[in-house]
Amino acid sequence: MGTTASQLGKELLSEYQELTFLTKQEILLAHKRFTELLTKDEKDIPNVRIPMERILTLPELKSNPFRKRICLVFSTSEQKDGSLTFEDFLDLLSAFSDSATLEIKSHYAFRIFDFDDDGTLDFNDLQTLVNCLTGETDETRLTPEEMSQLINNILEESDIDKDGTVNLSEFQHVISRSPDFVSSFKIVL
Amino acid sequence: MLENSEQEPSEAENEEEQTDDVVRPETLSPEELEKLKEAVEDRKKLIQGLRGKPWPMKQKLVTLKESQQFVEKYEGALGKGKGRKFYAYKVMMTKKWMKFQRDFENFKTACIPWEMKIKEIESHFGSSVASYFLFLRWMYGINMILFGLTFGLVMVPEALMGRPYGSIPRKTVPRAEENSAMDFAVLWDFGGYAQYSVLFYGYYNNQRAIGWLKYRLPLSYFLVGVGTVAYSYMVVIRTMARNANEGGVGDDNSFNFSWKMFTSWDYLIGNPETADNKFASITTSFKEAILEEQESRKDDNIHLTRFLRVLANFLVLCCLAGSGYLIYFVVRRSQKFTLDGLENHSWWERNEVNMVMSLLGMFCPMLFDVISALENYHPRVALQWQLGRIFALFLGNLYTFIIALMDEINVKRDEEKIVKYNITMWEASLYNGTLSENSTAPPITVHPADVPRGPCWETMVGQEFVRLIISDTMTTYITLLIGDFLRAVLVRFLNYCWCWDLEAGFPSYSEFDVSGNVLGLIFNQGMIWMGAFYAPCLPALNVLRLHVSMYLQCWAVMCCNVPQERVFKASGSNNFYMAMLLVILFLSTLPAIYTIWKNRMFDVIQETLESDFPPWFGKVFSYASNPGLVLPFILLMVLAIYYLQSTSKSYKQANVELKKKLQTQNEENKKKNKKAALKAAMDLEEARKAASLSAEQRLHSRNIKT
Repeated sequence: MGTTASQLGKELLSEYQELTFLTKQEILLAHKRFTELLTKDEKDIPNVRIPMERILTLPELKSNPFRKRICLVFSTSEQKDGSLTFEDFLDLLSAFSDSATLEIKSHYAFRIFDFDDDGTLDFNDLQTLVNCLTGETDETRLTPEEMSQLINNILEESDIDKDGTVNLSEFQHVISRSPDFVSSFKIVL
Repeated sequence: MLENSEQEPSEAENEEEQTDDVVRPETLSPEELEKLKEAVEDRKKLIQGLRGKPWPMKQKLVTLKESQQFVEKYEGALGKGKGRKFYAYKVMMTKKWMKFQRDFENFKTACIPWEMKIKEIESHFGSSVASYFLFLRWMYGINMILFGLTFGLVMVPEALMGRPYGSIPRKTVPRAEENSAMDFAVLWDFGGYAQYSVLFYGYYNNQRAIGWLKYRLPLSYFLVGVGTVAYSYMVVIRTMARNANEGGVGDDNSFNFSWKMFTSWDYLIGNPETADNKFASITTSFKEAILEEQESRKDDNIHLTRFLRVLANFLVLCCLAGSGYLIYFVVRRSQKFTLDGLENHSWWERNEVNMVMSLLGMFCPMLFDVISALENYHPRVALQWQLGRIFALFLGNLYTFIIALMDEINVKRDEEKIVKYNITMWEASLYNGTLSENSTAPPITVHPADVPRGPCWETMVGQEFVRLIISDTMTTYITLLIGDFLRAVLVRFLNYCWCWDLEAGFPSYSEFDVSGNVLGLIFNQGMIWMGAFYAPCLPALNVLRLHVSMYLQCWAVMCCNVPQERVFKASGSNNFYMAMLLVILFLSTLPAIYTIWKNRMFDVIQETLESDFPPWFGKVFSYASNPGLVLPFILLMVLAIYYLQSTSKSYKQANVELKKKLQTQNEENKKKNKKAALKAAMDLEEARKAASLSAEQRLHSRNIKT
């Protein structure tokens, strides 16, 4: 079982259609793009795993400040090195697709923003998040005072039970009221 | 529920082992049968909901296979019981239906045009620019349907089955105009042969039924007119409702910072340059928001600001009044020109009205932009004011145009009356020399082109709209080519030999003006709706125009524009544009409805009801349209709206209360946890103390023994 190198079996294709938010054409396109990233020897291995560096060369992910986190979140490898199989790749595309529900998008967004993987967004996670968003150079970064003020404002808005962290349900509550989230949390091949 | 289903298979499996791999539903009691059915239904629901679960694919595949096997096994078994044929049939039909739905979804997404183009624009410019093109595509869809209605149900039957060209006076070019009827200039102006064709209202006869199909053309014309309006209303309101649902109502500022943090990155961006721009704009917006929060208490000379804002609004009102007067003046002048005869005037004088309207539409928004610098608003608020003013400008222009047109219509109708009077005189004069009194006359054949006839004001109105749309389209394309393309070419090639950096400073490449373009599209559609009743060719023209616009603007934006520097989304703006579209729809169908009412065109329905339908139908209809019935119905709807409004208010209230309750609950939980933790710590201490004490005692007793 598993994906063979050149063709997706019909049964597998219909199962993938059942289990993801992608249409048949999108799954086939994803398969094509995935196999383009494989080297010649890798093409014969079933369930092959592509290392993170090669995934990050995809143009859709290259300019994204969260690209590494995205790979780490969707990866099912035991070494937690961000490598993706084709099925992980499909999971990624399904969560970022146009027809994915708000619940699944907010669930994965939370996991992507949780840089230390502890299940909540605490001060350090939020700080790393802001630094990702403001770019690499020093001129664009915020000063420490601005940073702490910003994060305090955010915690004031989103932290309902006032425990100093934002957990999944608080995050989902904030996100569900945002009009932009669903349309901006999209990746299309 | 899942536990139950875990139990059932094991029980049934036991039975299976006992009975040689065959499940006999007769051996299960009715309750167990019911439980089994429920378990099967649960599994089916689980299968359907699998794609929404945040599990890795392997886990989903395993669960899917398991559930599918379970469902197959027990569905087959259940099917052997009572009513099995129906059950099996139902199961098979559901499976086929789901497969059909999935294939249909795939087919639908494959049919959507221009998907790749828009995706490319999205990755370069982000989703706000792409939203314009999505809007354009949506408009194209609506216009296709309107085109289908008018073309298929009105133009084609008339062309195929109506009286052909030249058979009656209204379908023939008058003798005086025949020589110039084929000239390109006349055709471009929609005169000549174009005027006396299916493209305009005047061509359509009032003959009740045409052709061998007995197609009721007047009825169809009227119903298509009403149908286009009704369809447009339905589509706009449905889209508004959908946007409102997704958007989340109100609460625009309560999660300001959190939204900026969690939702500001656009994951569609695939271009490094755009990404850099986005980083810069996010940083700016963070810094601005922090500053605003700090400075929100500062007063800072509020009287001066207020005075400046009042001054700005006054200037804008002057501009609007000025543009309205200009249009009125120009339309009157063009009426004088037509009376003199169009050949004596230059091209500018002939097309003055359209050119003036298009130029006003181009320059006034820039003026408003300059004036708004006085006002010193937050950029989002300033954008909303700007959009509101441009809206008022276009609306004022359109209505002034219509009022001026009304005067012309009245003049033409008076002319028609005179001509009708003259026709009777003319007919009498035909018979004059050839007959004596009191004898029946053989009908004298006169060529239709020679019959004098009055001007048809409906066709004239249709022509005016068509000309307006065409000149508007031309202006848009030419501004695009000059403003964007020529500017980009100049900046690119002159940069090599210019003193300052053209690309970084003035003029640099232009940005794509989303709001201006969307407004232009909305007003274009308003004009289509207004004129579609008088010129059935308008939707066809619009479909062509939108098709060309799509390709031209996609090319222009990729070739000549740069990503916007200040990327802030007026996030509620999706519904803002829809609301404007709705208002325009309402206002543009008003004039047509007014003329229909005034000329009693809806009598055609009355006539059809009387002659084509059985008598009881007519009676039912007359009861239904009785004012005594309609008024209470309207009252009922108003009450329903009031009721829904008050329940939504109470839901919002309940939400706030629940939030408060959640907060207090969590605080209490924290207190309880702290207390419990403290108690546990104390207990641990005590236990430790006790343990160390007993260890000491034991040691002591051992010491004593030895």
